[in-house]
Amino acid sequence: MKLITAIIRETQLDAVREALIEADITRITVSRVSGHGQQQSVEIYRGQKVVPNLIPKTKLEIAVNDPFVDITVNTIIKAARSSSDVMGDGTVGDGKIFITALEECIRIRTNERGGAAI
Amino acid sequence: MKKQNWRKILLFGVFVLFISGNVFANEGVEIDSGATAWMLTSTALVLLMIPGLAMFYGGLVRTKNVLGTMMHSFAAMGVMTVMWIAVGYSMCFGSNVFGGWFGWNSDYVFLSGIDTSIMEGGVPEYVFSMFQGKFAIITPALIAGAFAERVNFKGYMVFIVLWGLLVYNPLCHWVWASDGFLFNLGANGAIDFAGGTVVHISAGISGLVAAIYLGARRGYPKTAIEPNNLVMTMIGGGLLWVGWFGFNAGSSVSSGLSTAQALTATQAAAAAGALSWMIIEGIHQGKATALGFVSGVLAGLVAVTPAAGVVQPLGAMTLGVLASGVCYLFIILKNKLKYDDSLDAFGVHGIGGIVGAIFLTFFIRKSWMEQASALVDGGWTVMQQLGVQITAVMIAIVYAGVITFILVLVINKTIGLRSSDSSEMAGLDNSYHGERGYGMLNAN
Repeated sequence: MKLITAIIRETQLDAVREALIEADITRITVSRVSGHGQQQSVEIYRGQKVVPNLIPKTKLEIAVNDPFVDITVNTIIKAARSSSDVMGDGTVGDGKIFITALEECIRIRTNERGGAAI
Repeated sequence: MKKQNWRKILLFGVFVLFISGNVFANEGVEIDSGATAWMLTSTALVLLMIPGLAMFYGGLVRTKNVLGTMMHSFAAMGVMTVMWIAVGYSMCFGSNVFGGWFGWNSDYVFLSGIDTSIMEGGVPEYVFSMFQGKFAIITPALIAGAFAERVNFKGYMVFIVLWGLLVYNPLCHWVWASDGFLFNLGANGAIDFAGGTVVHISAGISGLVAAIYLGARRGYPKTAIEPNNLVMTMIGGGLLWVGWFGFNAGSSVSSGLSTAQALTATQAAAAAGALSWMIIEGIHQGKATALGFVSGVLAGLVAVTPAAGVVQPLGAMTLGVLASGVCYLFIILKNKLKYDDSLDAFGVHGIGGIVGAIFLTFFIRKSWMEQASALVDGGWTVMQQLGVQITAVMIAIVYAGVITFILVLVINKTIGLRSSDSSEMAGLDNSYHGERGYGMLNAN
């Protein structure tokens, strides 16, 4: 079992969700986070361009069994690249994916454990 | 060559402005400070409805579209005011041109000729013009609820400008100008006290046509599309209720008995509408929702809008109950038919307006019917008035529907009205405004 944590652009959330649902990966947790990356984001504030110091991002957490890791990761990459509808080459700020080993998973309702609970 | 033409047009425009300056100076009529004070208050109250509508609609959409949706109302305050001062007032309240299609009076262009004009009721014409101008703002803003979350901002702006010119101004002229043909239909005109046909039916039908033409939002109706902030929607609904006193009671353009009658009818219908929606929903779904309550308030208010001048409290409450019931059924029907009227602009404003404009006929106070009978030397029956009401409603539906269809089609094919898939997924706020609504929720 692995825990896939993806930090993506807020604007790509719907594209990623749609793609994941299409790939039959429907169990996800989404949260709003802020952080520093390489990206210099520019916003417009009362007619002035400003660079905020912390950039809002969306974090996805998906626990999967090992055979599903590749398809999940590839789906996220494909949909989260900011220019995925044009060239697919992406730009700075598209985000990162972290994969960590998942020790245990328990379904509270049934007390099932391990891969069956995911 | 082209440049020269432009110069000619500009010169002509300046010339028209020059000769039209200050011809009217109405010294004969005294200002009635009581009526003027109430009309100033009403004007402010109707303006308050537009931020109210922005909050009402803004709370109902998803987080990524909250600013874009609120901007649909706010931008209307900007562009429709400018259009109103430039030509809107003239097209609505000038004398018939083109066989009565709309009005025109060059004194009203840029309001240049009414600087010192005082109307018969003792109210400065500036006040009346500004009061009416607020209606021209809120009507296109109401339409935006039907195609929320999926239109291009630029296309929307062009749409409301053209819609104001080609739909609102002619309709307003027909119903409210003294030489408008619906104003003079039947014995004493089609009854539309504060804008049941002009505002709510026209906005509702136009919204329906646009929503069907533009197609549903991505994922509708399969994915749940839930409100981002119902608290804001409740505040907005509250502001609309308060503002509606200006909308209805101000439409008497006086400060007296008819104002009091309209005010009472407004409160009665809103309360009855809210209560009945709550009861219907409570029985049908087992819970009385907050959104249901404000929807009932709106249904009641919309239904009493055309009727406020002619019905007594019991009639107003009946209209409120009827409107809530019919709107509730219609929203169920919408969900069966699966067209995407995002925020039920048609379901509440269109249907509520139609219910109000037609069923008000059965609750008209006696003195109005007697006055109408006297005007045609003898009998004027409820059934005859019903015919007049239905005619006015049908004309509003067909006219607004057809012109809106043409506008939406042309704008969508040229500038683009429907958002692209990627802008829709990213959200209106990011795609068209470069901002986010709730930035403060993030630690930045």
